[in-house]
Amino acid sequence: MASMAFLFRRNIHHRSSSPFLLLRLLSQAPGKSSARPQPLAPIEKILIANRGEIACRVIRTAKRLGLRTVAVYSDADADSLHVKSADEAVRIGSAQARLSYLNGSAIVEAAIRTGVQAIHPGYGFLSESAQFAQLCNDKGINFIGPPASAIRDMGDKSASKKIMGAAGVPLVPGYHGNEQDIDFMKSEAEKIGYPILIKPTHGGGGKGMRIVHNPGDFVEALLGAKREAATSFGIDTILLEKYITRPRHIEVQIFGDKHGNILYLYERDCSVQRRHQKIIEEAPAPHVSDDFRIHLGEAAVSAAKAVNYYNAGTVEFIVDTFSDQFYFMEMNTRLQVEHPVTEMIVGQDLVEWQISVANGESLPIKQSEVPLLGHAFEARIYAENVAKGFLPATGVLHHYRPTPSASNVRVETGVEQGDTVSMHYDPMIAKLVVWGDNRTAALVKLRDSLSKFQVAGLPTNIDFLTKLANHQAFEDGNLETHFIENFKDDLFIDPANSLSVKEAHDDAEYFAALVAACICKKEHCNLQDGALGNGLHSMWYASLPFRVNHLVERLIELEWNSEHESSRSELLKISVTYLSDGGYLVETGERDSASMEVKVTYLGCHDFRIEADGMSRIVSLAVYLQDQFEHIHIWSGPKHHSFKHKIGMELFDDGSEAQHKPNFETASVSPGTVVAPMPGLVVKVLVEDGAKVEEGQPVLVLEAMKMEHVVKAPSAGYISGLHLSPGQQVPDSSVLFSIKDA
Amino acid sequence: MPVRALVRRASSTWNSASRLGWQSISTLQTRGFCLAVLPDGVDRQSDGFTRNSEAMDDLLSQLHSHIRKVLGGGGSEAVKRNRSRDKLLPRERIDRLIDPGSSFLELSQLAGHELYEDPLPSAGIITGVGPVHGRLCMFMANDPTVKGGTYFPITVKKHLRAQEIAAKCRLPCIYLVDSGGAFLPKQAEVFPDKDNFGRIFYNQAVMSSEGIPQIALVLGSCTAGGAYIPAMADESVMVKGNGTIFLAGPPLVKAATGEEISAEDLGGATVHCKTSGVSDYFAQDELHGLALGRNIIKNFHMAAISETTAGFSNVKATVKEPLYDVKELRSIAPTDHRQAFDIRSVIARIVDGSEFDEFKKLYGTTLVTGFAKVYGQPVGIIGNNGILFNESALKGAHFIELCCQRNIPLVFLQNITGFMVGSKSEANGIAKSGAKMVMAVSCAKVPKVTIIVGGSFGAGNYAMCGRAYSPDFMFLWPNARISVMGGAQVLLHNISIFWHF
Repeated sequence: MASMAFLFRRNIHHRSSSPFLLLRLLSQAPGKSSARPQPLAPIEKILIANRGEIACRVIRTAKRLGLRTVAVYSDADADSLHVKSADEAVRIGSAQARLSYLNGSAIVEAAIRTGVQAIHPGYGFLSESAQFAQLCNDKGINFIGPPASAIRDMGDKSASKKIMGAAGVPLVPGYHGNEQDIDFMKSEAEKIGYPILIKPTHGGGGKGMRIVHNPGDFVEALLGAKREAATSFGIDTILLEKYITRPRHIEVQIFGDKHGNILYLYERDCSVQRRHQKIIEEAPAPHVSDDFRIHLGEAAVSAAKAVNYYNAGTVEFIVDTFSDQFYFMEMNTRLQVEHPVTEMIVGQDLVEWQISVANGESLPIKQSEVPLLGHAFEARIYAENVAKGFLPATGVLHHYRPTPSASNVRVETGVEQGDTVSMHYDPMIAKLVVWGDNRTAALVKLRDSLSKFQVAGLPTNIDFLTKLANHQAFEDGNLETHFIENFKDDLFIDPANSLSVKEAHDDAEYFAALVAACICKKEHCNLQDGALGNGLHSMWYASLPFRVNHLVERLIELEWNSEHESSRSELLKISVTYLSDGGYLVETGERDSASMEVKVTYLGCHDFRIEADGMSRIVSLAVYLQDQFEHIHIWSGPKHHSFKHKIGMELFDDGSEAQHKPNFETASVSPGTVVAPMPGLVVKVLVEDGAKVEEGQPVLVLEAMKMEHVVKAPSAGYISGLHLSPGQQVPDSSVLFSIKDA
Repeated sequence: MPVRALVRRASSTWNSASRLGWQSISTLQTRGFCLAVLPDGVDRQSDGFTRNSEAMDDLLSQLHSHIRKVLGGGGSEAVKRNRSRDKLLPRERIDRLIDPGSSFLELSQLAGHELYEDPLPSAGIITGVGPVHGRLCMFMANDPTVKGGTYFPITVKKHLRAQEIAAKCRLPCIYLVDSGGAFLPKQAEVFPDKDNFGRIFYNQAVMSSEGIPQIALVLGSCTAGGAYIPAMADESVMVKGNGTIFLAGPPLVKAATGEEISAEDLGGATVHCKTSGVSDYFAQDELHGLALGRNIIKNFHMAAISETTAGFSNVKATVKEPLYDVKELRSIAPTDHRQAFDIRSVIARIVDGSEFDEFKKLYGTTLVTGFAKVYGQPVGIIGNNGILFNESALKGAHFIELCCQRNIPLVFLQNITGFMVGSKSEANGIAKSGAKMVMAVSCAKVPKVTIIVGGSFGAGNYAMCGRAYSPDFMFLWPNARISVMGGAQVLLHNISIFWHF
């Protein structure tokens, strides 16, 4: 909320033109709109055909504008935040996206049922489906996005490049022709300039791709690529492209109205990527001159104009850091995930713009009026396993405390504490957006905000993002798409580097000691609260637990998973002695040297003040139960550690054999032999003699005492001696069959 | 342990001791104006003041050196051996049973000090009072590192003293058993007299009858006389691998009968939890056993014992709903009464948070018994998982008596075809075992609610609190059937009557 207020405030502050509403009224030129699609009924109620943070974000702006909102949801999202935030919500299908959020007809049906005038598609799902945009138009619903034709044009990657080439937008130099003569190809390569990327026209997955740095290697590489392409894809035609050694991913936010006005809202640098997905974006791009910026912006505008674009769009460019040349990559015909960084630097609400453009209004400002204010970063917080190659993770958000929002901190999230991050959808938990007067100030804020973002219950990339934000090369703005790959030694702990391993271990041990002290303090607070209820005298729960003639010493064992070896964990033994001043003497490890006196004050709401080593600090603790362990997370300044604490409760693993075993027969029969638990009638024989069975697999059904009893295999093996048939009577304790190994 | 810590430790112990005793005085003083406040008559400058404090410091340091020895138990070798068996020391066991970080008032700490030729630290047993789930309990924990936890005369005396205090203060007794029984060389002073070994069990029986819970956690061996402690207890836990109960250990058995058998097979947790029924809860390891112990104490429902409010507690706290869908009950109960189903799936859908502390889970498995809460009200649940055997009936009777002792209302979930018939069953005295359960049901003075969720046939109807056993309320599910016997059996019965004519 605060963030929206911030936007609004800055709106008024920095824009010289009259307020938006006034402008909107004045700019309604009646004759001009006739060439454009028919203006639809004014939007009073919108449906958001999406989920998660973007649905929440759209709902927020809609509510501010006085529009009523309708959410749609799948079965997996029935209780999620976007459903709760909307005025109305419609179930559209089961958990799989294909049957819900990608089910266009169900969404349009929901729109008709709830009587909305417009649908906002968000990003992902149906946002770039020309078919869906068309369907909306056909049903008389305003699709808040570009015309279906533009979506279609830009959706086809090679077609879009042709259109862009024709419109004079720079493309990556290359040769895409049919003439495949080697000498001819070589001359084409000379024209493009080295290094050259040789790529088969068909196929993918990097097969047959070659990078050639010197003309001398060209022929050999080309022949190799042809051979590989022929065997892999059956077609050996090859294309050539300029290879960009240090590419940057820079994209331009453009915005158009239905009256042919298109302007650019500057660029965003999205170079820092993992698994070809952006994780930190910023605007404006660092180390970019004003000239370059204008150049880039104008190229983006001509790209948009080439397809008669309106509403929000993004033109992605690849920028060669050596030559400062930029080339068109593709155009995204939607509002992007990272749009908030642009909003922060231009002081505008792009969703608001989208809605007014959909209403047929003109853009509120001219290109010359677009402000460029300070610098903004966005960090995407994902549920993912960084050590395992950034694999998406699932789980429950047992503890979720995002950084508090402020005028320069925006948290876009679609989840709450207790929610589950399921495998059905994108594992993004939140976007953390910060703003500063300049890049340095914004980066300081980013680091601080990341350290205050607390998530426990599932693995996240927060610690990794922190390392990224603290990296010198990142601070210097030396960004390129291979950033993470290039600096992987700094960003991941190298198990071979014993110094960093030991450092990590000592750090974990220190925090384990603090955790132990906090556990003792929290238990004491809990007990005192409880003691008041049950009437027991509080002396039994004094801060110094009483013992006759000695002090209480307690051993707390915490399991720590070191980052570099995710499979192995180490047991940290912490001995806590309660001291008479209410503090604790905490000793770690076997060594006597590592002991310190710690004083803890519980501040409520997971926070503790710790005095140790002559300094005081505030830490946050999150504790939750999972898999018979107490999981404990601690945050202190930029540090975050997590531990597991074994508790003395284990599931019974004997419950499976609930079958009755009379006590008198066990001794006389050899193991593996199954006897009749009681006299009875064989009702069914489920497996044949000699068959292989698993432990607990039903073998036959007996009826006795008016009940059916299933006799199960006591262990895995082969059935032997089973000579029973249905209808046969068996006496008590008679041998039914036995289980033999192999 | 650094020297600094030890010094601090010693000095603060005295402070803490005084704090406990004088707390009421200090609160009085801080409560503002009071006419009866005593003047400070102490002259801190006087020689006497200094002399006294020096002399007292000397005595204290002596005391602490004795205490340090006593805290070390039977010495480092014995402690190491104990640890190698995954066993904790008795004080550590108590620390994990009482509410974490709470106080413990240890009794007779220096008993056995310089009494016999060999040292007997703390008389080989740790006793004292501490809170568990906010309920004060008396702990009696054998120290297996001291002479194998055997009972010397002073051990018996200390044990009886603790029981005496527990009886006077109505404190539930928690026995942490790990003992080889009486110390035989001194049997003349341990065995025969009134206040000797036998008195321990007498006290257990009397306290139990007075409604003071007696709980045994078998964490180690429990031989001969010691075996009666868990056997006499209201509820007992055994730890797999470490806990054993037998009247005579394997060597004695071999000498007496020639039978060669391991301690675990002779009287381990598996034997006693599954077969003999001597013990009620099976623990995977010691920590699990201690956690089970805390759970048992949580289920005491002592409020009802002290206040005679017919067992009902007016709980205003928010109640946890069952985890599973109540509507699924209709899909669980089969209309064909021959189809068996696990009654736990019914329990899981009617009790708070689906939490069920099952009693004697592995013994007499055709009857399911355990503690749970319904809308915050503690209840004992008895449900059928098949025919009632001897063991099931004995278990049922035991559980009903337990609930009566603690004034916990009973809920019967009936789905019963009857007691087991057949020559073996009759020879095992099924009639008498069944009668015991019927007797327990009849005499139960706690509120009883019967719900028939399936069949209710024959004497099973009686044992499971049918109409004739005065349940306060009785409900039938639409699929319920009540009769002396099923249709097929009636036909047979009529033929046999006809045959007699």
